[in-house]
Amino acid sequence: MQKVYSRPKYLKDAAFHYCPGCGHSIVHRLVAEVFEEMGIGERAIGVAPAGCAVLAYNYFDCDFVEGAHGRGAAIATGIKRRWPDAVVFSYQGDGDLAAIGTAETIHAAARGENITIIFVNNGIYGMTGGQMAPTTLRGMKATTAPFGREPRREGYNLDITHLVAEIEGTAFAARALITTPKEIKKAKKLIASAFECQLQGRGFSIVELVSACPTNWKLSPLASIKFIEENMAKAYPPGVLVERRLPEAAKE
Amino acid sequence: MRGNNAMAEAAVRAGCRYYFGYPITPQNDVPEYMAERMPEVGGTFIQGESEIASIYMVLGASAAGGRAMTSSSSPGISLKQEGLSFLAGHELPAVIANVVRGGPGLGNIAGSQSDYFQCTRGGGHGDYRMIVLAPGNVQEMADLTYLSFDLADKYRTPVMIMADGMMGNTMEPVTLPPMIKVEDLPEKDYAVTGRLGKRKSRVRLSLILEPKDLEEHNWKLQRKYSLISANEVRWEGFELEDAEMVIVAFGTAARIAKGAIRRVRKEGLKVGLLRPITLWPFPSAAIAEAAKTAKDFLVFELNAGQMIEDVRLAVEGKASVHFYGRPGGTSPTPRDLAKVITNRYCQHFRPI
Repeated sequence: MQKVYSRPKYLKDAAFHYCPGCGHSIVHRLVAEVFEEMGIGERAIGVAPAGCAVLAYNYFDCDFVEGAHGRGAAIATGIKRRWPDAVVFSYQGDGDLAAIGTAETIHAAARGENITIIFVNNGIYGMTGGQMAPTTLRGMKATTAPFGREPRREGYNLDITHLVAEIEGTAFAARALITTPKEIKKAKKLIASAFECQLQGRGFSIVELVSACPTNWKLSPLASIKFIEENMAKAYPPGVLVERRLPEAAKE
Repeated sequence: MRGNNAMAEAAVRAGCRYYFGYPITPQNDVPEYMAERMPEVGGTFIQGESEIASIYMVLGASAAGGRAMTSSSSPGISLKQEGLSFLAGHELPAVIANVVRGGPGLGNIAGSQSDYFQCTRGGGHGDYRMIVLAPGNVQEMADLTYLSFDLADKYRTPVMIMADGMMGNTMEPVTLPPMIKVEDLPEKDYAVTGRLGKRKSRVRLSLILEPKDLEEHNWKLQRKYSLISANEVRWEGFELEDAEMVIVAFGTAARIAKGAIRRVRKEGLKVGLLRPITLWPFPSAAIAEAAKTAKDFLVFELNAGQMIEDVRLAVEGKASVHFYGRPGGTSPTPRDLAKVITNRYCQHFRPI
């Protein structure tokens, strides 16, 4: 019998703690597969977030530093400046990256910091129990937006990847959906492109993975995927948002 | 050399190759100096987008095994507190200079010692301690900064230099410590390097969900702090031998106190100075020893009375402890302090 799938080399033999239907386990696997296929796992150093993926280092078999909420891009900056040849990535959720860590994220991009951010956007605070995130859609309910997000009351949802894509130091910004096998394959390609961008020293790269949170959305895993396709994908359309060559100044 | 520059140059000579900071008066000489100096020695200088980002860049570079430093002043140190707690919890070395200004809030940029509590009590969340060094002149700005990198590495803990605006901007001659070779520093077996294959992956963290494991982690930290308390107390005595009255003061206040003591000694008053150099660990034993003979302690600080709590704890009621200070903004002259000393002395001992 032919073996068609096995655990990626850079994923430890540990059971995920994530809820059923959560996208983190898929994204973890994609990143680990990219490490193996690109042969960069030995050089990888990750920064774990505060949030659902706080235990990322229990799963990834590479060096890791645990960060405080929002500070991933700053910590990754310090690591990368120490080891320019390492493949440095920060793994973050939407509350982490788009609220408390907005400044760190935007300025790491502005510096053209040669790091990669894996950004998992499920439009809600998962770990803390379903509070409103900057990325929570209009009309979407959260424990701190019990009547559904209404812009005049709770403000507009924030497309941070789009914002970061506008910055000159951002070499690569892309978005994918963690829904169907087809979309997940696209996601993996984009993750690989982001790391490739870092290997080429082109600057800041970010991949947003729009992902389900069935527990806090209070939907079944299948209904959650439908919700992404019908709602999240409209606010956060997938694709490459920007791809910049090496800036002239950096080539010199 | 200016105090701030002496500190920055000493850091470079101690092997600091990663400096991350954010401008705030009165310590701007430090990032400006580092911006020029770091590229010269193959190091990294980044002006962070905030104090918070800067301290986490320090955390990243330190976790990756580099000697890293940041500097700031009071309101900026408040912002760094979260990162200090994480450095302590992750057990990572780092040097943080606080060139204290008057507070609370924005206060002003005059020298002050109003951050004593914040510096010596940890400031950030959790049960941690931090070595705090208080230079008393520009030479010590260099020497203690140089020392701080070794202490940080030895105990894998953040070390703070508590200076003040006056100290940072005073110019004095300095003998600079020698330039160490960064490549001679011992390898850090805890650092993330991204070079696996020969070893298991390394993780630096402070999230310990299992209750008994967190307790053990905390006891481990406390054992470390006990070791530091036993080995790293530093202080200076001045005219202490026959002192009936002891002034306890640090940093700029200690300089003023020395001037005042020289004045009152001329009048025949037996007054000495005990100057803590480490604010944590605090020289409690030295103060307790002094309390065996001296019957009156005058704590002099450039704040409304913070270190006095540590002095009282050390004296344990064996002598009277009084306070004189100014809560930021202005500082008294040696002559002003001499008057205070004379008045107190006359009340307690004998009229002159």
